[in-house]
Amino acid sequence: MKAKIFIKYKEGILDPQGTVTNKALKSIDIKGIDSIGIGKYIEMDFKKNINKNSAKAIAEDSCKKMLANPNTETYSFVIED
Amino acid sequence: MKFAIIIFPGSNCDYDAFYALKNIGYDVEFIWHKNRSLKNFDGILIPGGFSYGDYLRTGAIAKFSPIMKAVIEESKKGKIIIGICNGFQILIESGLLPGALINNSNIKFISKQVTLNIKSSNSIFTKHINCKQLKMPIAHRQGNYIASDKTLSELKNNDQILFEYANNPNGSILNIAGITNKKRNVLGMMPHPERASEGVLGSSDGKLIFESVLKNYV
Repeated sequence: MKAKIFIKYKEGILDPQGTVTNKALKSIDIKGIDSIGIGKYIEMDFKKNINKNSAKAIAEDSCKKMLANPNTETYSFVIED
Repeated sequence: MKFAIIIFPGSNCDYDAFYALKNIGYDVEFIWHKNRSLKNFDGILIPGGFSYGDYLRTGAIAKFSPIMKAVIEESKKGKIIIGICNGFQILIESGLLPGALINNSNIKFISKQVTLNIKSSNSIFTKHINCKQLKMPIAHRQGNYIASDKTLSELKNNDQILFEYANNPNGSILNIAGITNKKRNVLGMMPHPERASEGVLGSSDGKLIFESVLKNYV
């Protein structure tokens, strides 16, 4: 069982990496991109005895307490077998 | 007046802070972050650096070190807490100060001497400073202060903004360089007063902040 956790900046939070990367893609002539946001991707592997509900609860608790900053970031995750 | 300087793995302004405080006449002691009590101190300084390598987010892991429970406990008693640079980031992550510090608007690490305007003298950190501007260095990548509109109006209404940049180097909203909490016993600032503690370093203005605290205590 594993959690795939995605953390990204809230809307309106300055994301210079995203802005610069978008400009760079434009400079190599890749067209059609409106904006780019760069965040974090975290993979969390659970111990064998953890079921899906516990995995959800652990991932949620981890995001809330440490992995994301509620002032600047939002998070989401999917649990996979 | 006895100050504790907290050391995390990755702190690197600890000796500068020790030197600056000691020279002014403070009793100073280093305290490793695994300790759990700060009862014997009158003031606590969290120095700059890269605690836990800035992994995840600046200050995000340091806030769970055992010593931070003691810092929060002592802050409630009204003890003086000063967080400089990474120390400011840790105080924010710990919830002792509001807002957030994000990437500088130009996405670069900025290391240079800046001029600060003293925005409020209504604090023990600024009360005894007899000038309106201070020169000291900044050295950070995530020093761009942001906060919700609600927090910003609280900061303004309660006169919690103590220092602002004369020329905004990093994009901080309202040019904020340093703030205090509502109780006015916790100071967080991105610029480094401990690196401006004598003329040979380019400025001795930083000393004035520590002297102000000491004068207030005496």
